Amino acid sequence: MLHALTDPFAQSFMQRALLASLAVGVVCSVLGCFVVLRSMAFLGDALAHAILPGVAIAYLLGASLLAGALVAAILVALGIAFFSRQGTIREDTAIGILFTAALALGVLLISTIRTYSSDLTHILFGNVLGVSHGDLWLTLGLAAFVLATVLVLYRRFLLSTFDPVHAHMVGARPETMRVVMLVLLAITIVVSLQTVGVGLVAALLVTPAATAFLLTRRLPYMMLVAAGLGVISSVAGLYLSYYLNVASGAAVVLVATGLFLVTFILSPRRGIAWRRWRPGMAKNRVGRSL
Amino acid sequence: MKRQRPRSGDIRVEAATFGYAGVLALDSVTLQVPQGALLAVVGPNGAGKSTLFKALVGLLSLQSGSLTVGGRPPMERRTATAYVPQREEIDWLFPATVRDVVMMGRYGGLGLFRRPSTDDRQAVDEALERLALGDLGDRPIGELSGGQQQRVFLARALAQEPSLLLLDEPFTGVDAAVRDSMVEVLEGLHEAGVTVLVSTHDMELAASRFELAVLINHKLIAYGPPTEVFTAEHIAAAFGHQAVFLNGMVVVDQCCPGPTHVH
Repeated sequence: MLHALTDPFAQSFMQRALLASLAVGVVCSVLGCFVVLRSMAFLGDALAHAILPGVAIAYLLGASLLAGALVAAILVALGIAFFSRQGTIREDTAIGILFTAALALGVLLISTIRTYSSDLTHILFGNVLGVSHGDLWLTLGLAAFVLATVLVLYRRFLLSTFDPVHAHMVGARPETMRVVMLVLLAITIVVSLQTVGVGLVAALLVTPAATAFLLTRRLPYMMLVAAGLGVISSVAGLYLSYYLNVASGAAVVLVATGLFLVTFILSPRRGIAWRRWRPGMAKNRVGRSL
Repeated sequence: MKRQRPRSGDIRVEAATFGYAGVLALDSVTLQVPQGALLAVVGPNGAGKSTLFKALVGLLSLQSGSLTVGGRPPMERRTATAYVPQREEIDWLFPATVRDVVMMGRYGGLGLFRRPSTDDRQAVDEALERLALGDLGDRPIGELSGGQQQRVFLARALAQEPSLLLLDEPFTGVDAAVRDSMVEVLEGLHEAGVTVLVSTHDMELAASRFELAVLINHKLIAYGPPTEVFTAEHIAAAFGHQAVFLNGMVVVDQCCPGPTHVH
């Protein structure tokens, strides 16, 4: 039994995969709490797709794909912040325009590459088993940066997310915090590319945080529980991937989804089962949501 | 006449015009509210009540004219101003307890890291007591009744110890008992010298419990003691065809939500 748990990590590529997965699992889940509470899931998915042109350009130039993705993600995040500032157009409209434009540019650039290798496929679907030493350090560094920023600005993020007008009045600068969060989201998505790829990043951002939302009643605990769920999903996903020989990113996401479904049915107070057996609570909830 | 230095809760609005991208919300308003006033801001939906509040906290700049709070631009005075939002503007499923929300009133003085001091905790406890929320401190905000929810935000405003307090339709969806207890708290603040502005549809309440009222509809229609403000002529000017006159009574048809959940 113990061997079954330790064997996979005898090889160094698996050790790197584990470290990268853990970093991604924690940082996605923690930032994901704000994504869930601010209803930014669509934005996260859009940002992930919008980095494609950056990756394609980096590939054409022979530069680091991760660096290309990072530059593209931050540019798109700032673009969305700029276009939706002061409510000239709605944020989801701004996202829709920029996300599809960037995706189109990415497809256009990729279509000019005749012999594009598996690298681009890996950006789309992740390849955590192929994480190099350099990529691992970049991943760990960026993850640490995002986590540190969230911790330092925690109070401002909380105020801005809960009640932006009040946040403005106690000096928390909600507009600036929105831009900071967009940039952190961009960095986090790039960090996640290697483990789950463009297609599945949104799941890592949303699913563990949503599960934690069902289980907790205060934001600090929600963030801690989400981080724990992110770690469990990442590690369990890697084991599944190793023993069943399936794609690791997809395995991580499906473990997270499984945890969510179990919680959704069984969680105290917010779960389906609880509400069915405590009809008084359910009625109360419906009354409040009106 | 010697001009007095403005006190921290004085509001002075001079020929101020407000609007958003091409839409005129309030035209050429002149209004002086002395510190410690208890003022009802009355007008139909979309009359510019929220616009006035936004300008008072520095979230909306003027197109012309001037507006000062305590003699300074609102942006500089915003931390001394507290705001009670409409209940629909809050995500009640947000993971926070009653005490968490009331403590947010103290964050302005705490910066990024400083832990709440004994003074901060005491201010929060006092605010909870004053609004009869003492037993509910650890309750998630999503598990409160409508009246309790509205009181949580008034408690947050008290904990903030402001010199100006703005309440946006605070009595919508609360029953008469809760409303009266909230008005009592507002009267206490008024006596303590805090300027209190309340936007409301409830002319009856404005006339009976407020010393000052202002009637607006895209412009200032009347300002003064309620008996002078709520005349048939002024009400007709503010509400137009929504106001119906029956045997010396004024009936105003307002399509505002009634109490949805009482406690």
